Amino acid sequence: MLGELFKGLRTTLRYMFEQPVTVQYPEVKRPVRERFRGKHELKRFANGLERCIGCSLCSAACPSDAILVVPAENDPENPTSPGERYAATYEINMLRCIFCGYCEDACPTNAIVLEHQYELSFYDRHTSIYTKDMLLVPPDQGHGEIPPILEQLGNKRPSPPAQIDL
Amino acid sequence: MTTLTVPSPREITEPARSGNKETMVLNMGPHHPSTHGVLRLVLELDGEVVVNVAPDVGYLHTGIEKTMESKTYQKAVVLTDRTDYLAPLSNNLSYVLAVEKLLDCEIPVRVQTIRVLLTELTRIGSHLVWLGTHALDLAAMSVFLYAFREREEILDIFELVSGARMMTSYFRVGGLAYDLTDDFLPTVKHFLDHMSDHIDEYEDLLTRNPLWLERSVDVAPISAEDAIAYGLSGANLRACGVNLDMRKLIPYSGYETYDFDVPIGKNGDNYDRYLVRIAEMRQSLRIAQQAHQRLVDMGPGPYVTADRKIVPPPKHEITHSMESLIHHFKLWTEGFKVPRGDAYVGIESPRGILGTYLVSDGGPKPYRVHFRAPSFINLQALPHMARGRLVADLVALIASLDPVLGEVDR
Repeated sequence: MLGELFKGLRTTLRYMFEQPVTVQYPEVKRPVRERFRGKHELKRFANGLERCIGCSLCSAACPSDAILVVPAENDPENPTSPGERYAATYEINMLRCIFCGYCEDACPTNAIVLEHQYELSFYDRHTSIYTKDMLLVPPDQGHGEIPPILEQLGNKRPSPPAQIDL
Repeated sequence: MTTLTVPSPREITEPARSGNKETMVLNMGPHHPSTHGVLRLVLELDGEVVVNVAPDVGYLHTGIEKTMESKTYQKAVVLTDRTDYLAPLSNNLSYVLAVEKLLDCEIPVRVQTIRVLLTELTRIGSHLVWLGTHALDLAAMSVFLYAFREREEILDIFELVSGARMMTSYFRVGGLAYDLTDDFLPTVKHFLDHMSDHIDEYEDLLTRNPLWLERSVDVAPISAEDAIAYGLSGANLRACGVNLDMRKLIPYSGYETYDFDVPIGKNGDNYDRYLVRIAEMRQSLRIAQQAHQRLVDMGPGPYVTADRKIVPPPKHEITHSMESLIHHFKLWTEGFKVPRGDAYVGIESPRGILGTYLVSDGGPKPYRVHFRAPSFINLQALPHMARGRLVADLVALIASLDPVLGEVDR
């Protein structure tokens, strides 16, 4: 009977001399995995143009209706994004968002990406709505070339015939 | 055969109000650490002995089943995570299998193997929470710390593969959300290799521990006949000696090809439920090891079905294929249509038989989704098992039944 108790005590005693597995948050932060879904970022192309073309597919794919996109026509002289339209308003309600990543999966231009920032707190409901300027990355942090199909739309040239892969 | 009634709170509070009863009415919960969530229990006590208990559920009702009716089939997957939040992938699987049954779509073997591997890890993770909190309720603190240490590794695997620790939504209709990462299999291998030693450790702390035996042997037993009458399932039923496991009875996702045993108890008391769940963790490890080996042998492969009418095309295609672009937009906005009819799929979740009953009217959104929630049904037997026992045993019994209130109330 007593022997069994000591068997357990031996286990706990052994762990007394081992390194603890706990992390002293917030002084030390646990690194997240590559696929971790945290705060959203709106990306840009390498030349600084916004990737978002205002198609609202993220908004349609969102299971919790957290995204509001109001698209507007691009100014041909000074376009905000390649193609015909851009997002004039882009808002995410972080209280509604469930970080499922459906918006990222749906985005045809990889404009919205859930990044690794997970410390999101606010004092009131109003500040929980993240606007476009809070989500957009700086112009020098763009990546990738504009796909040809969007280039052609921006130049107001007639669209090429659809290439269908069957 | 017992009468299959579950007392309502009013049945206990009303007679007490008349004032000519010797017993005392005590409210336990909804905010009580030992009810494992927002479960309210109305106790009728004679001294320290429980005369009657009325579980009052519904404090965590979130209307998940109803909300699913307004989401497309693919979008509703994220809601299933939130029913039994300790086993999100089991919920995903039950729902996804029901939709796939109606769609009659072919799921690649590799996908099924990944699903089996991850649901078995879910089972281990869920049982670790049960073990930790059960021991904690009986004042064994260290088991809780060790169990959560290993659970952290499982959650890390989920984060690695799906991007979220708990609300994974990794199983989607037609396959998986993303393919496995390169470091997935080595990470799982590392976990599977040392988990068995950790289970030995928990057993060292508890299985023969005289204090643990004192608190759990012959505490709140239920006979096999009563357990069946109440509709218990999972480890709670198997602890009574009934061999019922959906993985053996109606195999899904290829469980019939895995070599594993179903642990059976005898007395149906807290101790047998403990032994059965511990043995189940070892069996889950066995299945996970086999699934892992198969994935290593299989190598890379498809992670979704080939049916483009269900799963959106790969993203790189949509910049040059108009057909793919149309499919992509169509599936993310309107979703796919599911043939008219109904389907029921029951799987063995960590808590018991988790069934999804799905009715489709032929549209892109489910007409009705209902979950046969094992936690809810297991909880119905609580009054029957608690009567005549001490309050301290009731605390142990709730932990032993392992209800998850998110699933009880949905």
